[in-house]
Amino acid sequence: MTEMEIVKFFAGVFILLGAFLSLVTAFGLIRLPDVYTRNHAASKSATMGVMLVLLGTFLYFWLIEHHFNSRLLLGVAFIFLTSPVAGHLIARAAYNSGVKLSDRTVQDDLAKARKAMKAEELK
Amino acid sequence: MFETVMWISVTFISLAMIGLIYRVIKGPTVADRVVALDAIGISLVSVVALVSILLDTSAFLDIILLIGILAFIGTVAFSKFLEKGVIMEYDRNGDR
Repeated sequence: MTEMEIVKFFAGVFILLGAFLSLVTAFGLIRLPDVYTRNHAASKSATMGVMLVLLGTFLYFWLIEHHFNSRLLLGVAFIFLTSPVAGHLIARAAYNSGVKLSDRTVQDDLAKARKAMKAEELK
Repeated sequence: MFETVMWISVTFISLAMIGLIYRVIKGPTVADRVVALDAIGISLVSVVALVSILLDTSAFLDIILLIGILAFIGTVAFSKFLEKGVIMEYDRNGDR
C-alpha cells in the first residue's frame, strides 16, 4: 500500500461516514413525531455529517493535490459554530409561535414556568 | 475505487435531500419547513465538496463557505420573522 492509497482510504472513510450521517438526518426528519425532535435530528447529525465530508475533502486536497485550502477549515469551523445556533433559534421560534409538542411528551417545564410567571404578574 | 466511494456518497446525500424535500412539502408547520430547508442547505455544502473532488478542481471551494453563511442568515431571519412578525425593527425614536 503506497502512501497515496492510505490517504485516499482515510479520506474515503471520512466522506462515506459523513454521507451516511446525512442519510440518517433525512430518516430522522421523516420519521420523528414533532418539530422539536426533528430539529434535534437535523441540527446534530447534519452538522457532524457535513463536518466529516469537509474534513475528508480537506485531507484529499492537502495530501494528494498538495494544496492546503484554508477555506475548507474555515467552513468546518463556521458550520460547527452556526448550525447548532440556527437549530436553537428555530426551536425557540416554534415554541413561542405555539407549535404543539408531540402527544407522547411527558413533561413541559417551560410552560409551567411561564404559567407561574404570569400568575406572579397578575398579583 | 476512490471514485466509486465518491459516487456512493453523492447518491447517499441525494437520497437524503429527497427525504428532506418530502418534509418541506408535507411538514405540518412552518418551523418544520424551515428546519428541513436549513438541512438541505447544509447538505448542499457537502455535495459541492464532493463535486469539486470528482471534477478535480479547487475552484468551487469558496462556494462552500458562501452557502454555509447564506443558510445561517436565512434561518436566523426566518426564525425572527416567525417569533416577532418583523425581521428588522425600526425603533429609531424608541417608541416601538
